[in-house]
Amino acid sequence: MSDAFNQFSGTTTYIASDDLQQAVNVSCALEKPLLLRGEPGTGKTVLAENVATSLGMELISWHVKSTTKARDGLYVYDTVARLHDSRFGDADVKDISSYIKLGPLGRALASDKRVVLLIDEIDKADIEFPNDLLTEIDAMKFFIDETGKEIVAKERPLVIITSNNEKELPDAFLRRCIFHYIDFPDTELMTKIVRVHHPNMEEKVLDQCLELFFKLRDVPRIRKRPSTSELIDWIFALRKAGVDISRVGSGIPFLGTLLKNEQDMAILGNN
Amino acid sequence: MLIDFLFELRRQRVNVSSHEWMGLMEAMGKGLHNSSLDGFYRLARCICVKDISDFDAFDQAFLSYFKHVYVDVAAVTDDLLDWLRDPNKFDGLSEEERKMLQSLGLEELKRMFEERLKEQDERHDGGGKWIGTGGKSPFGHGGYHPSGVRIGGPGGGRSAMQVAEMRRFRDYRKDRVLDVRQIDVALRGLRRLGREGAVEDLDLDQTVDATCKNAGDLELVYTPPKRNRMKLILLMDVGGSMDPFSRLVEQLFTAASRTGRFASFEHYYFHNCVYENIYEDAAFHKPVAVADLIARTSRDERLVVVGDALMHPGELMSPGGSIYFYHHNAAAGATWLRRLEDHYRFTAWLNPEPHQYWPRTTIEAIASIFPMYHLSLEGLEDAIRHLVRGGQRPDPVGAEPFS
Repeated sequence: MSDAFNQFSGTTTYIASDDLQQAVNVSCALEKPLLLRGEPGTGKTVLAENVATSLGMELISWHVKSTTKARDGLYVYDTVARLHDSRFGDADVKDISSYIKLGPLGRALASDKRVVLLIDEIDKADIEFPNDLLTEIDAMKFFIDETGKEIVAKERPLVIITSNNEKELPDAFLRRCIFHYIDFPDTELMTKIVRVHHPNMEEKVLDQCLELFFKLRDVPRIRKRPSTSELIDWIFALRKAGVDISRVGSGIPFLGTLLKNEQDMAILGNN
Repeated sequence: MLIDFLFELRRQRVNVSSHEWMGLMEAMGKGLHNSSLDGFYRLARCICVKDISDFDAFDQAFLSYFKHVYVDVAAVTDDLLDWLRDPNKFDGLSEEERKMLQSLGLEELKRMFEERLKEQDERHDGGGKWIGTGGKSPFGHGGYHPSGVRIGGPGGGRSAMQVAEMRRFRDYRKDRVLDVRQIDVALRGLRRLGREGAVEDLDLDQTVDATCKNAGDLELVYTPPKRNRMKLILLMDVGGSMDPFSRLVEQLFTAASRTGRFASFEHYYFHNCVYENIYEDAAFHKPVAVADLIARTSRDERLVVVGDALMHPGELMSPGGSIYFYHHNAAAGATWLRRLEDHYRFTAWLNPEPHQYWPRTTIEAIASIFPMYHLSLEGLEDAIRHLVRGGQRPDPVGAEPFS
């Protein structure tokens, strides 16, 4: 295995499974975007931050919303501002380039150094959104029609894309990605993860917390099962309040940090 | 030949293209698989598989392609030799066992190993004789035998074969029936975009025109953004033979009725078959005449019927065949169904019954009236494609059952 490969192996604050490490490294070596899927709260977004930290690259985030268009990621041509300026004549209207603002993808491609580009929750946008990005992600260059300028990436950015499975992504797009499904951690990995966030926690208390947590996840018919991030918040709340988990009887303190809707609370009450 | 693995994957319906295969070859050329089967498993999976619903099929393909490689005797011999050469590894053995082993000799051991491989025709866990995992036989790995030969896979953790064999991703397969979220995802495909509502987007062309007309003084024109104009009518069969599927229908309803999804959404209930009336409520208290519905709604609205379409042929074919004793229907159920199907340009019938039960029942008869789809993720996607674009109807019973 070459040295260039095998660069990412988690950070002090982020525990990555072997599968995930390999996926990141493969995506790095093949220069293809890494597509991450998994339950909400399994650390998809946080991964990008940690990859950036551990590889010493800048992170550019693009948080996709339902109204986001692919072109917004490249650049936005602020017509309205230019029109207004033309009316009052207080700026140089002839210079179109001053009205062109690069979007996150545009900035990642224009950057001199290799950066990590996070395209967060790509499935939130329109169904055709990923298809509109194909050429840019493949060729790593784009054209600004208004100025006739072409921007070509000097260093192909490391692209990390997260998806919550809200929409099916198009095949043509998927074909260009490296895929990884972040599985829900098992008890062993979870212990490690909690340790990272709560380093000085007693073994016994941690075990009890995890036992309760996994039991809660196993309750049938729960709609939104609590995730890793919720577990960490919950333990934080417990410790902040100084609740001794071993003394707690049947009720779970701070249940609101774990379960997020009334039906789930009711189901738990019935059990 | 590794290329056979590609075809094995495709045979298992993992949709791998040559594009991805070349990517995998490039990755292996760079040594990214770490020259191990485990590494290859991970590498191939993250490059070739793009959806968790295909993980299971990938595992199966991997198992069927590599099961022979796994027990490749030649590759294992080195391990055997190493093991025998390393005296430290004999530590855990009792004096008797050690003697016994020495008496076996290398050739003997190899012969035994090969013999057992031949005798053994499946994977084996636990036990004291067969080659496998967790056992006490000297061959295999992860076992209790103090000095066993580990065959394939790294010590500790799970090897690729084990992971593949656990088939942890079976639950994610697509042909499994669905949950609300998946239906939600599928229903998003059901849309027809058009501009109406509040004006929010700048219309450049109109702005230029208006500004020109305004003697060059800026006049901004906005248009409404695109919205879904799809109108949907959902007709649900409730009670009787549909009871086992009530949860599924409820989920479909929940997903479809989310506000803002469709320009208009109406839902009605019927029991077993549609006659002159359908009902606004599942208790059948508020009847709505089908004739009224047809008169009131436009041909462009989409009609989706959910039902098992299973009934006595008389209920469907003959006038007066209604399941209710006191109810006499002048026109046969099939006639009413045909009227509905004739009125709307795009219709679909979603049937929770698996394909194999369709032939030679009333399902077959109804499937010749309505384009019928199985109520699974795949079926729903097909139905939605048909509802949006029209096109070829599915073959009533010829539709291939997937099991």
